[in-house]
Amino acid sequence: MSGVQAQAAASAPDIKTARLQTGEYLHNFSEMHPPLGETAVLVEADRCHFCYDAPCTEACPTGIDVAGFIRMIKSGNHYGAARLILQENIIGGSCARVCPTETLCEEACVRNDQDHRPVRIALLQRHAVDVAMSTGKQFFSRKTDTGKRVAIVGAGPASLSCAHGLAREGHRVTIFEAREKSGGLNEYGLAAYKMLDNFASREIDYITAIGGIEFRYGQELGDDFDLTSLQEGYDAVFLGMGLGGVNSLGLPNEAADGVMSAVDYIERLRQCADFAELPVGRQVVVIGGGMTAIDIATQIKLLGADEVTLAYRRGPEAMVASEEEREFTQIKGVKILYNATPVNIHTIDGHIKEVEFECKDKTFTLPADMLFKAIGQTFSAKIDSSIALEKGRIRVDEERKTSVAGVWAGGDCVCEGEDLTVAAAQDGKLAARSINECLLKSSTGD
Amino acid sequence: MADLTSTFIGIQSPNPFWLASAPPTDKAYNVVRAFEAGWGGVVWKTLGEDGPPLVNVNGPRYGAWHSGDRRLMGFNNIELITDRPLDLNIREITQVKKDWPDRAMIVSLMVPCTEDAWKDVLHKIEDTGADGIELNFGCPHGMSERGMGAAVGQVPEYVEMVTRWCKEYSAMPVIVKLTPNITDIRLSARAACNGGADAVSMINTINSIISVDLDTFSINPSTGGKGTHGGYCGPAVKPIALNMVAEVARDEQTRGLPISGIGGITTWRDAVDFIALGAGNVQVCTAAMTYGFKVIDDMIAGLSDFMDDKGITSIDEIVGKAVGNVTDWQYLDLNTIVKAEIDQDSCIQCGRCHVVCEDTSHQAITQEKDGLRHFEVIDEECVGCNLCVSVCPVENCISLRELSAGETDARTGETVSDQYANWTTHTNNPARTNQ
Ligand SMILES: Cc1cc2nc3c(=O)[nH]c(=O)nc-3n(C[C@H](O)[C@H](O)[C@H](O)COP(=O)(O)OP(=O)(O)OC[C@H]3O[C@@H](n4cnc5c(N)ncnc54)[C@H](O)[C@@H]3O)c2cc1C
Ligand SMILES: Cc1cc2nc3c(=O)[nH]c(=O)nc-3n(C[C@H](O)[C@H](O)[C@H](O)COP(=O)(O)O)c2cc1C
Ligand code: SF4
Repeated sequence: MSGVQAQAAASAPDIKTARLQTGEYLHNFSEMHPPLGETAVLVEADRCHFCYDAPCTEACPTGIDVAGFIRMIKSGNHYGAARLILQENIIGGSCARVCPTETLCEEACVRNDQDHRPVRIALLQRHAVDVAMSTGKQFFSRKTDTGKRVAIVGAGPASLSCAHGLAREGHRVTIFEAREKSGGLNEYGLAAYKMLDNFASREIDYITAIGGIEFRYGQELGDDFDLTSLQEGYDAVFLGMGLGGVNSLGLPNEAADGVMSAVDYIERLRQCADFAELPVGRQVVVIGGGMTAIDIATQIKLLGADEVTLAYRRGPEAMVASEEEREFTQIKGVKILYNATPVNIHTIDGHIKEVEFECKDKTFTLPADMLFKAIGQTFSAKIDSSIALEKGRIRVDEERKTSVAGVWAGGDCVCEGEDLTVAAAQDGKLAARSINECLLKSSTGD
Repeated sequence: MADLTSTFIGIQSPNPFWLASAPPTDKAYNVVRAFEAGWGGVVWKTLGEDGPPLVNVNGPRYGAWHSGDRRLMGFNNIELITDRPLDLNIREITQVKKDWPDRAMIVSLMVPCTEDAWKDVLHKIEDTGADGIELNFGCPHGMSERGMGAAVGQVPEYVEMVTRWCKEYSAMPVIVKLTPNITDIRLSARAACNGGADAVSMINTINSIISVDLDTFSINPSTGGKGTHGGYCGPAVKPIALNMVAEVARDEQTRGLPISGIGGITTWRDAVDFIALGAGNVQVCTAAMTYGFKVIDDMIAGLSDFMDDKGITSIDEIVGKAVGNVTDWQYLDLNTIVKAEIDQDSCIQCGRCHVVCEDTSHQAITQEKDGLRHFEVIDEECVGCNLCVSVCPVENCISLRELSAGETDARTGETVSDQYANWTTHTNNPARTNQ
């Protein structure tokens, strides 16, 4: 560390708003994977081999018929392609933007073996869904009203997928959402450069256009109502609250100013009217190894932080974030430190000054104006104690039934599956199927 | 650099690549650019009789069939012969031939089917210094309705008659351009041969409709909502053209008749195909209309490198080299037995071979082994049809292996014989020759 830097770190924290010009924000937060043009779509679609029993479909948590929809794109049937996608995954538009496809469908693509480059499935999926959404084309309609009512808690992707599945079957859905907007992490959590142009809310409008879905905002389970009231007032309940808490580092001075939760900061970032409003440190340290760590590190760098270091306690092979994601953040200027465990936070006047690390029996410190905690989220909702948990989250079976009859759950708040948007979509879809079967049985008196 | 000079029916050109009679050869401006780019010769856009020039439609003339990445695969047109005055064309032909004496200059002609009309036009052409004429008996639209073009080419007697007039009234070499819109190309070629033609050229364009506009239900291209069949050319027609060339090359009555090969030639490889099947030189239209005249560079370099590589010193050595290998089905050796083989190292596991063999052929490819995706040929079922090889997206991943004499064919349980045997003598053939 140079003398000048050491001095700067020792003085008052360097946290500022408006570190960049308007044009720079626009450039920095432009789309991570820009859409393909009409011709590029056809060229890319032509690369699909239309595999038998296609491995990409197997690799998609929602089982989208990938080769099938690409063939439809090729033949100019964009609506057909969108229908095939959305019938398996109603939030296929979001998934096309945020799925880590390098570990899902695109990892399975046989083109990897042939020419080291998979068919760009996500961009093709996005194209088809965008065409349908931009023209307002709807593929599903509600069946005749069944008179059955389902309560859903949370308005994230799991819940939206469940709600749409139920609405299709003619049931009436009421969604109770603690916040003032729907979308869950689609609206509050995903990286800004993945979800441009208010996509989360546009997608919700598109999904709810089917009808039969009602939202109640500012309604938090545990505070404003409880599970029993839902069980009494509705024919079925679906819980899709996601993860409300964050893990703490367990370090001294963790409550110091400048030490914050990555998820909270990202929420602010996603909701702000102008990026220039956000406070940004000059030197920033991020602790973690998953998507949230990558996202906060990248975004704080793009907001104008000078030096951003992402410290992970193990090696790259153990990191949840994929190689692609790591490369992406490195290209944007973030430095990744492996095998570095934070052991102490040093402060000055109640504000963080530097972070002390241990790395293979040695210790060193990094100056920091800000420290982001991104070491995982925890299930925190106040639910009825009769619902069995497993590994700290709600236990569900294959149909996404909880241990309590009449209550289903899905998404990040359950113990099954990966914490991904697409996994939440699948949970919601499976739960809706199971709920529908139960409701039909009960109405035929079985 | 190999020697690419070509002498076709006595006409010299620095290479065997001529531009076919079409828009690229419509006027001096284009032809000069083509010669500057290196083309060996041109067949000037077809001239008609003297008088008020023809008019083309003012709507679209062309339609195209594209591959997924918008490569032009097939091209269709409803253009007529030249719409410029005869004397202007004649003046330009004269000048260009004078300026480019080493390039072949052929004039394509189409006039009404009367002796006088042909006699008249032939004299005018002779004065230009052109190296020869090509009789356009192929144009399938517009001109045929007026009793010319394909209307002549489809009647062997007319072909013979007009060819004879041309030989009688002119000393120029005569190439007869054949239409593919017939049932048996050999009849047209024989007629040209009988009329005294120095050569035939083939193929002209094929009757075609590109597609229907699914919003308006007019056909593409449409002029005011209506369309008409146009002439098809480009890469898609090459296999059809190759067969026609081969049929004429190996027909007893026309064997030895020089052929100028045309139809879908886009690269030097395409040209070699035509030459090996009997063409003395080749003509190109669509490739130039798709990419411009510069495509000649690859054609010349590729042909030259190919010849050097194979130790071939003149184009004549390639002419007809494959003709002897074209035969009738009944003479194919039934004792040649092949089995597909999948190279597991280059297999990318797409499963296309499995599904096509399973759904549409002989159920001869597995789909899994020990619970994993695995594609392997079952010799007991494989008939060696080549379908899997054709659909496999990886070149050389699947190949056909010929069984050696003495091996057992796992499908039939029979020992492979080293004797040649064909259908004419097969015991299952009720009409076999050696009972
Ligand atoms: C920073 C970050 C980046 C991510 N990036 C990606 C990515 O790029 N790709 C990807 O696939 N996945 C990503 N994920 C994961 C993905 O966002 C989640 O897996 C997904 O959103 C889970 O959906 P869900 O419906 O279960 O929950 P959530 O999206 O969390 O939605 C839960 C909803 O429930 C509401 N709620 C919570 N408690 C209550 C209550 N008590 N009463 C009423 N309402 C309540 C919340 O306000 C929220 O609206 C990311 C996650 C984070 C945190
Ligand atoms: C627009 C167009 C106009 C043509 N006009 C003529 C013509 O006037 N005379 C002629 O003999 N052939 C004409 N042809 C046919 C070509 O000379 C050639 O036989 C045919 O296009 C096949 O070759 P290709 O596949 O290389 O294009 C024309 C072809 C095209 C595409
Ligand atoms: S050659 Fe034909 S029969 Fe044999 S495996 Fe291939 S597709 Fe099947």
